[in-house]
Amino acid sequence: MNWTDPFLISLAVLLLCMFLALIRVLLGPTAPDRVVALDTINTMVVAAMLVFGAAYREIIYIDVAIVYAVLSFITTLYVAKYLEGGSL
Amino acid sequence: MMEWVLYACLAIGLLFNFLAVVGLLRFPDVYTRLHAGTKCATFGSIFLSLAVILYGLWRFYDGNEAMAALSVHAFIALVALLLTNPTGAHAIARAAHRSGVVPLQAVVDDLEEHNQQSMPTSQEEKNVE
Amino acid sequence: MWAFIGTTVFCFIVWLALSFNGHMWANDELLAGAVLSVAAGVVARTLFVRDFKMAHPKRWLFFLAYLFPFFYEMAKANLDVAYRVVTGRIRPGIVKISPGLKSDIALTMLANSITLTPGTLSVDLDEDNNLYVHWINVDEGALEEMPRPCRPVCASFSQWARRVAE
Repeated sequence: MNWTDPFLISLAVLLLCMFLALIRVLLGPTAPDRVVALDTINTMVVAAMLVFGAAYREIIYIDVAIVYAVLSFITTLYVAKYLEGGSL
Repeated sequence: MMEWVLYACLAIGLLFNFLAVVGLLRFPDVYTRLHAGTKCATFGSIFLSLAVILYGLWRFYDGNEAMAALSVHAFIALVALLLTNPTGAHAIARAAHRSGVVPLQAVVDDLEEHNQQSMPTSQEEKNVE
Repeated sequence: MWAFIGTTVFCFIVWLALSFNGHMWANDELLAGAVLSVAAGVVARTLFVRDFKMAHPKRWLFFLAYLFPFFYEMAKANLDVAYRVVTGRIRPGIVKISPGLKSDIALTMLANSITLTPGTLSVDLDEDNNLYVHWINVDEGALEEMPRPCRPVCASFSQWARRVAE
């Protein structure tokens, strides 16, 4: 295992970005602000899983990323529907 | 040579993901934050997945057959991201506007005018209450 | 019937791509994929295929050709947003545009393209197919007309959407 692998370095930077986005989740004055920040974090998690899969040469992580992308999209839609005040 | 293309893709992707976070922390209201959070993060993720796809193809070219699957799966993940991300942003923006979040510093708001024209009665009822 | 066949074939292709691991597919893998694709085709045929307008190779070619100007605009948009993130110079507003499109696919495509390109984000859609777009840097000249001109908001996307899906 090699810590100078560019993919692992990118992974570290992405994790840092996610922590910065978490600040917006905690601060966000309104509920939509938090949802926006969570949506951005979801995108970054998918990108991080892809990079992780490339770093360890494991295809299964990328399959997880595909499922995660679709499930996070459905979650976002549900939360948006809830904010709108419609029935789910 | 190939390594430098990969490094460039990773660097561009990380730069735009970082800009997305900076915009998220810096902009004043939901809509402008959505601009940063959706567009920059999607663009950054395109370049990160492009790096993974190129890496898989490169390893495949070197003779590791299983790595072609890495490219194909990363491409499917990229398509899933590209289809879902703008739709999710659209849903959040609509929900935010319907739940009454006003765009800050806005010079014009046609949607608010449209809503008031189409349902003036409900607006008046609210005022009476 | 054709809706069922199209959905099944599409599902089977996605299955093949997902279960690809560098070698040829094993027979039991193909069999499981075929059974599941038929099941998905029976369930989802009315959702996946509404009409057969999109089943034309010319439209697919147009869609592929559309990707190039789209990606160019997207790169430009991201540099623009990056500039605004760094300087904080914004002038936001929600404007109404009338792209004059009718079909659902064309409107979805246009709204998604608008969201991913120059400082614009589609917010809502009313009954007359007018799009409401949040614009991060509202142009002074565009405010004089009503409905707002399409050109500065969506570049040439409405024409492309019409060519692909209308």
